[in-house]
Amino acid sequence: MSAPRVAVVGGGLAGLMTTLKLAEAGVPVDLISIVPVKRSHSVCAQGGINGAVNVKGEDDSPEIHFVDTCRGGDFLAHQPPVKGMCYAAPGIIYLFDRMGVTFNRTPEGLLEFRRFGGTLHHRTAFAGATTGQQLLYALDEQVRRHEAAGVVKKYEGWEFVGLARDDAGRCVGLVALDLRSMKPKAFAAGAVVMATGGPGLMFGRSTNSIINSGSAAAAAYVEGADYANGEFIQVHPTAIPGMDKLRLMSESARGEGGRVWVPKKPGDVRPPNSIPEGERWYFLEEKYPKYKNLVPRDVASREIHKVCVDMGLGVGGGMVVYLDLTHIPRETLKKKLEGILEIYEKFTGEDPCEQPMKIYPAVHYSMGGLWVDYERSGDGFLAHASPRNQRTSIEGLYAVGECDYQYHGANRLGANSLLSCVYAGQVAGPAVLSYLKANAHVDDPRRSVLEAAEQKWAARFADLAKRDGGENPYALADELGKTMLENVTIVRHNNKLRETDAKLQELTERWSRASVLDHGTWANAPLSFLNQLWNMLHLARVVTLGALARDESRGAHYKPEFPKRDDASWLKTTIASHAAAGPCLRYAPVDVTLCAPVERKYD
Amino acid sequence: MPRQTIELRVKRQDTPTGRTRWEEFSLPWQPNMNVVACLMEIRKHPVTKQGQATTPVHWEASCLEEVCGSCTMLVNGKPRQSCTALVDSLGDSPIVLEPLTKFPVVRDLQVDRTPMFDALKRVKAWIPIDGSYDLGAGPRLSSGEQETAYAFSRCMTCGCCMEVCPQYNDHSDFIGPAPLAQVRLFNSHPTGRMNAQERLDAIMGRGGLADCGNAQLCIEACPKEIPLTEAFGELGRQVTLAWLRQLFSR
Repeated sequence: MSAPRVAVVGGGLAGLMTTLKLAEAGVPVDLISIVPVKRSHSVCAQGGINGAVNVKGEDDSPEIHFVDTCRGGDFLAHQPPVKGMCYAAPGIIYLFDRMGVTFNRTPEGLLEFRRFGGTLHHRTAFAGATTGQQLLYALDEQVRRHEAAGVVKKYEGWEFVGLARDDAGRCVGLVALDLRSMKPKAFAAGAVVMATGGPGLMFGRSTNSIINSGSAAAAAYVEGADYANGEFIQVHPTAIPGMDKLRLMSESARGEGGRVWVPKKPGDVRPPNSIPEGERWYFLEEKYPKYKNLVPRDVASREIHKVCVDMGLGVGGGMVVYLDLTHIPRETLKKKLEGILEIYEKFTGEDPCEQPMKIYPAVHYSMGGLWVDYERSGDGFLAHASPRNQRTSIEGLYAVGECDYQYHGANRLGANSLLSCVYAGQVAGPAVLSYLKANAHVDDPRRSVLEAAEQKWAARFADLAKRDGGENPYALADELGKTMLENVTIVRHNNKLRETDAKLQELTERWSRASVLDHGTWANAPLSFLNQLWNMLHLARVVTLGALARDESRGAHYKPEFPKRDDASWLKTTIASHAAAGPCLRYAPVDVTLCAPVERKYD
Repeated sequence: MPRQTIELRVKRQDTPTGRTRWEEFSLPWQPNMNVVACLMEIRKHPVTKQGQATTPVHWEASCLEEVCGSCTMLVNGKPRQSCTALVDSLGDSPIVLEPLTKFPVVRDLQVDRTPMFDALKRVKAWIPIDGSYDLGAGPRLSSGEQETAYAFSRCMTCGCCMEVCPQYNDHSDFIGPAPLAQVRLFNSHPTGRMNAQERLDAIMGRGGLADCGNAQLCIEACPKEIPLTEAFGELGRQVTLAWLRQLFSR
């Protein structure tokens, strides 16, 4: 029997690192991605990647990084995987340095580090303010090397639509849609790795790329994979409002000294530079004298919401505050923040070196994702190469990156996402290899299974391609986004969550009366979107009902009716499984044996 | 008084070999709109200015903040990312959208830029590391070297430079400006330098550096202001030295 191929779905950091690990071991990989992998959403990560290299004489260590991450996540993450990640972080940064990433340097030629939220240490390595782009390109280059050698085969412009599972329930392949011919095709795979990113699009406009529909992970969920902690959605405190998307203004702007403020006088119409120092309220610095502007994102977003909505002090009366860099020399800003300042200037026409930026909270990241397993080692880390690591509830199906739920608990710390993507990929590679080895004896019953899966999807798309009802799927998606944004983000009320769930069911019903808009058979984007939207609606219910059930406040999940964290009742993982009537929720304990939960305070 | 409507003229083509046609659209003006936002509005109500139902315009887009390179097209004849093409900066005449001309059209405004990715394979645009395990720190670099390299490492393979290059077209073998600049990037890295000759070999022959006509349009078109022509000068020196070395070692 020839060596089994592995299918990796998604070519961002997590997918590429998984691919690289497998290719290095000589395992042929089919890399399936909706866009050319070099254009994946990882390019949007700006500020940097965390690792306690301790170059500033601050006595930083991976253990402190671990504690900061547990606390940042309000103790909802299993601690062994988090510990493994934090201890691997310095080595990961060095690896990227060896791949040629143009990290900023100290005068001595060593790696430079800056501060980020939720820590008091300089722990974030960065390449200007386009760190994600630079890390992604490094992995893209390494994978291209294996592609040129024939080990990796890329399917770019292909969209994952469903799994192929054998009679024992094992995942033995997948079905992907060729976005040009619009034909679904089955891929046999010894194992499938989902690396399909976050679901930002369900909130309409977010900081996510518009390819981040969450549809692939939702499809896996609908086909039986458990989805965990879906209600934990991070709202980033600083973004640039836009009609098509909300562009991220990196936390590194505050890491380099940026200050958040509002005029003390409500509705003050003076231009910001003419408002004297004494008439400005630096509310984060005042309320959190220790962490100041670098409190974790959930805390900062809630404070901005409080100041703007509850106190009516937002700039121009809206949900807008100033992020001020004008006290920092232009030269320093150019070296350390170039990419993001350029974005601000290109989209607003204002120079952030001269004018305080007007910024605004925006949906940014999903801590929740496909539930994945792990095996704990004796010393509290991950058992190396255990086939359980990063495996979903379906045998043979793995998940890595933002589409898994493993590393960030109830709130992700800034600059930990690039790290978790890379680490999960490094863990998944050996895990999949062990799984393949253990299953080498299994007979190959795949052909009929694959044919059936392919036919199922061919029939599904043939049906969708005929849809001609009155509802426009893009307009429905707009309604979905507005509802989710209004009710399932920074502040959540149970009555609103109930209304949202009813609305989601109404939208699902209207979806069945949607038009495909285009009956063509070539490069038909609305046809693909119609299918995605169905998945998005299902995942939106997981997020909403998870939030409704969780009567406490923890990390990014905040209910004014239940303003305190409630460990006695809610220190547990939400696990959603799909049923015809909607998501079924159950709960599982969290391994908090390495870092005892304490009250989370940043003042 | 702010304008009331935005007019667009879009060149459309259903399939790679299909006939092209123009369609006009008129939408209500809103503040801070970019070309992508216009195309998103059209797909919510795919009707032409003349009131005729049509299909949503097909285009490629992802990050919408000019770091992924996807949404490159000709906006009023100029190659650029449609996400940073702000409507209010494009004047009052109808905005004209066309696909790039140097790559095969997939549909409407989407083209196939696979040749650019293939060129990266041809020039071996990577650092050949020993393996992805933890082997300790990388080489030291000065801030100056880092800044120079960073300028080149921001290339997002968008194709603007290829579009304007007179030498890059379907009756020439020229590899184009973007992949050449990547040779410059990897050949200056302390580890990449060890394999500099392999990359030079790839650009010393037919379709290589010598085919650059020095029109210098690429540097004007690059949205990231990558110093492309500087790179070609530096590569010229490297190629000449390599050629001399080969000559004398015969």
